[in-house]
Amino acid sequence: MNLAAAIRDRDPSELPGKRDEDWRWTDLHGLIRAVPEASAPVDPRGVGQGPFEHLVQASHLIANGRNDAQIGIAAGAEATMALRLVSRGSGSHTTRVEVSVAAGGRLTLLESYEGDEGGYVGHASLAIDLGDGASLERIVLAADGAEGVSVSEAEVRLGAHADYAQTVLAGGARRQRIETRVAHPGGGAKLRLDGVYLLSGKRHSDQTTIVTHQGTDGVTSQMTKGVVRDQARGVFQGRIVVAQGADRADARMEHHALILSDRAEVDAKPELEIYADDVACSHGNTVGALDEDALFYARQRGMPDATARALLTEAFIGQVIDRIGHEGAREVARLWAADRLRVG
Amino acid sequence: MLSVKDLHAAVDGKEIIKGLTLDVPAGEVHAIMGPNGAGKSTLSYVLTGRDGYEVTAGSATLDGEDLLALAPDERAARGVFLSFQYPLEIPGVPALTFLRTALNAQKKARGEDEVAAPAFLKLAREKAAALKIDFEMLKRPLNVGFSGGEKKRMEILQMAVLSPRFLILDETDSGLDIDALKIVADGVNALRAPTRAMLVITHYQRLLDYIKPDRVHVLAGGRIVASGGPELAHELERDGYDKYARAA
Repeated sequence: MNLAAAIRDRDPSELPGKRDEDWRWTDLHGLIRAVPEASAPVDPRGVGQGPFEHLVQASHLIANGRNDAQIGIAAGAEATMALRLVSRGSGSHTTRVEVSVAAGGRLTLLESYEGDEGGYVGHASLAIDLGDGASLERIVLAADGAEGVSVSEAEVRLGAHADYAQTVLAGGARRQRIETRVAHPGGGAKLRLDGVYLLSGKRHSDQTTIVTHQGTDGVTSQMTKGVVRDQARGVFQGRIVVAQGADRADARMEHHALILSDRAEVDAKPELEIYADDVACSHGNTVGALDEDALFYARQRGMPDATARALLTEAFIGQVIDRIGHEGAREVARLWAADRLRVG
Repeated sequence: MLSVKDLHAAVDGKEIIKGLTLDVPAGEVHAIMGPNGAGKSTLSYVLTGRDGYEVTAGSATLDGEDLLALAPDERAARGVFLSFQYPLEIPGVPALTFLRTALNAQKKARGEDEVAAPAFLKLAREKAAALKIDFEMLKRPLNVGFSGGEKKRMEILQMAVLSPRFLILDETDSGLDIDALKIVADGVNALRAPTRAMLVITHYQRLLDYIKPDRVHVLAGGRIVASGGPELAHELERDGYDKYARAA
């Protein structure tokens, strides 16, 4: 099943859905009866400023999937760039982005998905390639509209001693999925995959990661936290595969979610598949409500209920946001979270 | 100041406080002593309004105002402070942020001006120094990874910054070595004032050597079964609670 092909051919039978194990909680096949026609062109002058553009020297804009993009960082070079994927209206569109950072290069990629109120179906496929000793910090702010369907799939390949860090900030959509697949060579390569989802209304968001440790001594650290309210639904699927021979892998995966209403839902599937020896892999997964003892403690100190809840919830999410390396992006993330947590 | 009359309270439908009457006038320090399970901590939670502690009869007023009708944060804004027996760890919230949020919430509730960051930091720095708390510690998430003694000192620091009128100290001595106990007691004694009152809940007499009470009450079986001067604490230390446990 392939969303890009479904959009290209306008063929709903190619949409992923319940029959695909990895898509059962994000059933596009069951949702979309007819793939909308191709999205209309968008005048780039009309899309306004993106959430990260004040922080960067260069910005790539892809509006309604019209143009593909290549982002290349030469060996030893360093850059901070914005990548904006803008969806407008109710058509369908797909794009492909290639990102490569040559040996020793450093890139901070500040990526945003920006939707309007239309019922669009948008898809982006990213191929991210890090050379030996290269580093990339990718921050993804997924700010889709409530009626949109948006899927982003990234395929990440790491060279030896490469350093890849990612933080996804997801606000949900009618259906939203951000999938990251990483081939981890082990050795000195480092991988951090983090995520936050803050969902309200009827929004849905799915963060799926698949990490395959292929060489010895690989290190992976994952922390995802979510807060869902109203009738929203959060999905976390994290799979770490330690292939045969990838001995001494050290992989830590954590997913924690707060459910703030009876009708909200979180589906989580952390998976470890280990075929190697002497590995240190763990996952922690909790889904629950705010700690009543901590709430009472804060209220005894004088905080009204809403203040205490907001403080504790922001702190819960703050533990992920604090791990963002780029200071400006961290601030954007903090404001984004504070803004969403104050609703309701 | 605090006036409790024939108070009955239940937890999970089980009555724990069974007709407790207590008056703590302004300017005085009263100790509540009692065996385990007497209802000491329940009393502190009932007075501060914790969910699940249901008052079934009686009254509790602070300067004539019905405490039981107020939410926990409203009671705090009126000046009721509880130093917890087991202070909570608050991951992700620096102690300074927590304390400033609390202080300004109280001020807002009282219709006072909020404290700006520089003035707050100065206040926190002063109070921390007096309690021999490293100021850097206040930048860390509140109580996370702190030792038992450090947590108790953080309680007293919060008390000093929030400057409450009615203080409840629930087993503040537990987990403290003698040096930490002296520091904590000095911090508490510094808050003694004609306009304040304190309720010191403890199992052992030791704390009362450092925080000298005006009155001592024995809580057993959910009621005050004996009251007296400071000498009562020594008697309890010598003879134990058996006599009162039987009376209850």
